[in-house]
Amino acid sequence: MERSSSPYGLLARFRGPEPLLTAARALRDAGFKNWDTHTPFPVHGMDDAMGLKPSRVPLFVLVLGLGGAAAGMLLQWWVSVRAYPLTISGKPFFSWPAFVPIMFEVGVLGGATGAVLGFLGLSKLPRHHHELFSSAAFEHVTDDGFFVSIEASDPQFDADVTPEMLRRLGAVDVETVMTEEST
Amino acid sequence: MIRAGLTSRPGRPGELMAERVDIDPIQGRAPLIEGAATFHDITETVARPVEWKPPLGWWLVFGVSVSLLALFLVSIAWLFWEGVGVWGNNVPVAWGFPIINFVFWVGIGHAGTLISAILFLLRQRWRTSINRAAEAMTIFAVMCALIFPGIHVGRPWVAYWLAPLPNQMGTWPQFRSPLMWDVFAVSIYGTVSLIFWYVGMIPDLATLRDRAKRLVRKRVYGFFALGWRGSNRQWSHYEKAYLLLAGLATPLVLSVHSVVSFDFAVAQLPGWHSTIFPPYFVAGAIFSGMAMVVTLMVICRVAFGLKRLITPLHFDRMAKLILLTGSMVAFAYVTELFIAWYSGNLFEMFTARNRALGPYAHAYWLMMFCNMAVPQIFWFRKARVHMPTLFVASILVNVGMWLERFVIVVTSLHRDFLPANWGLFKPTFWDIATLAGSFGLFFTMFCLFVRFMPMVAMSEVKGVLPEAQTDEETAAVPASEAWQES
Repeated sequence: MERSSSPYGLLARFRGPEPLLTAARALRDAGFKNWDTHTPFPVHGMDDAMGLKPSRVPLFVLVLGLGGAAAGMLLQWWVSVRAYPLTISGKPFFSWPAFVPIMFEVGVLGGATGAVLGFLGLSKLPRHHHELFSSAAFEHVTDDGFFVSIEASDPQFDADVTPEMLRRLGAVDVETVMTEEST
Repeated sequence: MIRAGLTSRPGRPGELMAERVDIDPIQGRAPLIEGAATFHDITETVARPVEWKPPLGWWLVFGVSVSLLALFLVSIAWLFWEGVGVWGNNVPVAWGFPIINFVFWVGIGHAGTLISAILFLLRQRWRTSINRAAEAMTIFAVMCALIFPGIHVGRPWVAYWLAPLPNQMGTWPQFRSPLMWDVFAVSIYGTVSLIFWYVGMIPDLATLRDRAKRLVRKRVYGFFALGWRGSNRQWSHYEKAYLLLAGLATPLVLSVHSVVSFDFAVAQLPGWHSTIFPPYFVAGAIFSGMAMVVTLMVICRVAFGLKRLITPLHFDRMAKLILLTGSMVAFAYVTELFIAWYSGNLFEMFTARNRALGPYAHAYWLMMFCNMAVPQIFWFRKARVHMPTLFVASILVNVGMWLERFVIVVTSLHRDFLPANWGLFKPTFWDIATLAGSFGLFFTMFCLFVRFMPMVAMSEVKGVLPEAQTDEETAAVPASEAWQES
C-alpha cells in the first residue's frame, strides 16, 4: 500500500479573538465555504462573523423531548390500563394526573438525549483522527491559540493567493496541512 | 465585561497577586478572576493538579476516604448477608437511616445543578470557577443517594422490580405511587447530571489531551475528548446544546426534590402530610448542597493552588445563597409550627410538641440551631469571606440538614395516631457505619475527580477574562444572546 500526500488546506494562527473576528468577516465576505475558526473558548459574535446559520440542536431536543414525554405517558397508560390494571382507592385505571411526574421526567431524559445526540451529530463527533491534528501548532488551540483553517477543497481556495490573503488579515503564521491518503 | 487589570499584564503568575485591581472601575465590581491572568495562565493553573504528582494532603484525604469506603462495602456486605435487621429500623420507624441518608444525599446534589444550570440561565458569570466541581459533587452525591433505597429494599437482588420490566410474575409497578415517581426522578436526575457534566467537560478534556506527554494519557483523554477541535462550527452546536441542557436541568432539579418530598407529603402521617413540603424541601436541598460546595471549595482552593480562580468573591456569593435558602428553611420551620397550632388538629399539635419536647428534642434543637441560627452569621460580609468561618458554618449547616431529615422521618413515625403503636428508634453500629461509609464513597470519588479531571471549567473561565472580551461585546449585548458570554 502506497501513501501519497496532498494538501488538506491551510492553518493560520492569529493573535487573539479580536483579529480572528476581523479575519472571519473578511473570509465570509470573500465567499469561502469550507473553512472554520478554532478557539480555546467560544468567541462571542463569531457565528455572525462567519455567517453561520443558527444551530439545529433545538430541533433534536424538541422532537426527542416530546417523544420522551409521550413515551412516558404511553408506558404508564399501557401498564395501568392494559397489562396490569389495579384498583387503587376506586380511581379510574387511566388516572392521568398521577402520571404527570413520570411523563415529565422521561420527557426531560428524552430532551437531554436529544441535546447530546444533536450536538455530537451536527459537530460530526466523535472523530478521533483529523488532518489538523498533524500540525504541532494546533495543539495550542485548546490552550491559547486562535486559528483559521481553510480546506483546499474550497472553490475560493488558491494555493498561492489564499496564504497571502491570510497574512494580510493579520495571521502570524500560516502553514499547509497535508492529508495522507492510501492509494 | 471585566476590564479590570487589562492595562497591566505582568509576565509571571507570581507577580499577579501584588498589583491586582480589586474593583472594576467601570462597573464598580470586583473582578471574577484575581490578577490579570492570561489564557495560558488559566490552562497552567487548572491542568497542574492533574499533571503533577498529588501533594501529601491528597494522599491523606484519599487514604481516609478509601478506608471509609471499605467500611461502606463491609457494612453493605454484612447487610446482604444478615438482612435489614442489622439496622435499627423496625416498626413503627421502618424508614430510619437509609431514607434519611437518601434524602440527605439527593439534597446535597441539588446545589451542583443550581450552580451549573440555574445560575447559567441567570447569567451569573461568577459560576464559571466553581461549576465543574459542583457538578461533580452532584453526580457523586446522587450515586451515594441511589445506593440507599437500593440496599433498603430488603432483597436487593430483586431491586429491578422497581423498574417497569416484564417479569415471571406478570406484575408491573404501580405508577400512582410517589415512591415510583421517585425511582424515575432520581435516576433520570443522575443521568441528566452526568450528561451535562460530561458535555461541559469535552473542551477541557481536549486541553488535557493536547498537553499530555505520555501516550497513555493522550489516548485516554483523547478518547473522551471525542476529537474536539475547538472549531466554531462545533462551539456553535456545543453552546446551544449546553444552554438547552441547562434549561432542561433547571425544572428537573426543582421536580426531583419535590417528588422526594411527595414520598412524605402524600402519606397521611402528621408532620408529613403538608403542602409546604415541595418548596421547603427544594430550599433545604440547595441550602445543604451550597454548604457542601463551600466545604469542598475551601479545601480545594488551598490544596490545589486555585486561590486566584476561586476568590473571596465566589464565597461571598455562595454565602449569600446559603443565607437566602437558610432563611427560607427557617421560614418553613416557623410555618410548620404555626400551622400545627392554627389547624387545631390534635395530632398535628402533638407531633409539633413531641418534636420540640419529646425524646428526640436534642436533635430538633440542634437542627434549629444549625439551620436557623448559624446561617445568620452571613449577614456580615466579614464572615462571608473568612475561610475558617465559612468552613465551620458550612459543616454545621450540613449537620443541621441531616438532622432535619432525621427529625422528619423519625419523630413523625415513632409516635403516630395510636399510643399503642408507639416506639423508639435507636441507630445501630451498622447504621452509623453505613452513613460514615457513604461519605467515604463521596470523598473517594471527589479525590479521584480532582486528581484526574479538570476541576475548573477552563474554557468557561477563559471566556470571562478581560482579554476574551471583543469590542462588539462591550457594546450593548442583546439579552437573548448574552448567555453565550459565560
